[in-house]
Amino acid sequence: MSGYNFAYLDEQTKRMIRRAILKAVAIPGHQVPFGGREMPLPYGWGTGGIQVTASVIGAGDVLKVIDQGADDTTNAVSIRRFFARTADVRTTTRTGEASIIQTRHRIPETRLREDQIIVYQVPIPEPLAKLEPSRAEARRMHALAEYGAMHVRLYEDITRYGHVSISYDYPVLVNRRYLMAPSPIPAFDNPKMHMMPALQLFGAGREKRIYAVPPYTEVRSLDFEDHPFRATRAPHACALCGAADSYLDEVVTEDRGGRMFVCSDTDHCETRRSAREAAA
Amino acid sequence: MTGALLSARGLSLAFGAIRALDAVDADLWPGEVLAVVGESGSGKSTLLDVLSGRRQPQAGIVWYRDPEDHLHELHAMPAPRLRALHRSDWGFVHQNPRETLRMNVSAGGNVGERLMAQGARHYGDIRAQAIDWLRQVEIDADRVDDLPRTYSGGMLQRLQIARTLVTHPRLVFMDEPTGGLDVSVQARLLDLIRGLVARLRVAVVLVTHDIAVARLLAHRIMVMQRGRVVEAGLTDQVLDDPQHPYTQLLVSSVLQA
Repeated sequence: MSGYNFAYLDEQTKRMIRRAILKAVAIPGHQVPFGGREMPLPYGWGTGGIQVTASVIGAGDVLKVIDQGADDTTNAVSIRRFFARTADVRTTTRTGEASIIQTRHRIPETRLREDQIIVYQVPIPEPLAKLEPSRAEARRMHALAEYGAMHVRLYEDITRYGHVSISYDYPVLVNRRYLMAPSPIPAFDNPKMHMMPALQLFGAGREKRIYAVPPYTEVRSLDFEDHPFRATRAPHACALCGAADSYLDEVVTEDRGGRMFVCSDTDHCETRRSAREAAA
Repeated sequence: MTGALLSARGLSLAFGAIRALDAVDADLWPGEVLAVVGESGSGKSTLLDVLSGRRQPQAGIVWYRDPEDHLHELHAMPAPRLRALHRSDWGFVHQNPRETLRMNVSAGGNVGERLMAQGARHYGDIRAQAIDWLRQVEIDADRVDDLPRTYSGGMLQRLQIARTLVTHPRLVFMDEPTGGLDVSVQARLLDLIRGLVARLRVAVVLVTHDIAVARLLAHRIMVMQRGRVVEAGLTDQVLDDPQHPYTQLLVSSVLQA
């Protein structure tokens, strides 16, 4: 597309963001501030993720964008088309074919590989935000690794509900050092971050923070010894592909209480269904 | 162990023309309760802030002796060490328990917070210790899951004390711990504090304007006026036979019921 630089952002901005990314990779889980630019979409729609993607994407990359696991929602379609137009890159909905996956709130069910990068869109990068209103104090707590307050929150949950009730954005400790918000992915996806072969990049556009988890890095969900972390999912099988191990969305089908559970990862679901059809 | 837990020499601090502290010396031995009394604005609370390392003096030095018997210059300690000290070996009891308690977290969570900050990661153990400490401050064990806002003023103060003592600190700073409570609750709380302090052998720096509180709790007393220590000594000695005119005034102005 004429009139725009490759992948929309100018080269100076990309360089600045790449420096932030390098620093973030060097200190796993640590939030690095960066000069976030205004993007042609509103805050909260993935401005952080789109800037990170624009900075790491090359002409030979294949891009996949998902929104809550789905390839076909407005947000995913718009961002995919944005890069198809501004960077002229190939796009795909197949997890296995993509070299860069930008995601809003899910990690694909298919295990990612070393040659892939997953870019998360992050609304609130600060895991202590709900506990500590002062950002200066929160940064001090990170610097001194004072994360006891986070466990107070887990303690309260167990006291009230008998288990930790945080179902998404479940706090993790990265590389045994930094407490990190994994963005609002379901707690079900947390174990996938642990020792993931792919590079994980997190971009928060409104808050102007970038953080990262390098390949094969320890990512532990916070828990108590006598209440270990458990990934939960709806106790059903997917109504379309029959998967009993994937994360499910509940879909209301009519107004008389009808509902069905389907895979949240549309590519995973389609792959399984076409494999079944091919076998039949 | 020998030697003072905390000693201060020549502490001075002025806010503009107001001398909040003027060459104050103080020593605190392990297991001892030291009361700092004086009228409002005499520098009591400022002294507490400086002794606890929360405020830097303009002159003077504070020495702290750690459990391994090493001396540290308090105001030269790096911030992480000082913060760790405040979470483990030291405690702070405020006049208003609402300042330090997490009001939207259950009593058990409040008591357990210091344990979790020290790395306790066993829910059952933390809860058991919280219940044990609630019992020690005479709060029913079945209130452990209640929010502090359902507690009365006296119970809140006792909860704050439990929360502070759970890590077995050797030194606790108390700023008017019985202020704002009615007289019968005050008496019970004082009784409780006296019992706990004697049993656990914690040293206490107690700031109060109430001479009766000092009389009941403190081994030694320091009388402050306009940032200066005008008289110091054993509590009974100072209060029964005050030498300085200001102490005499203070003692004689206590209402006799």
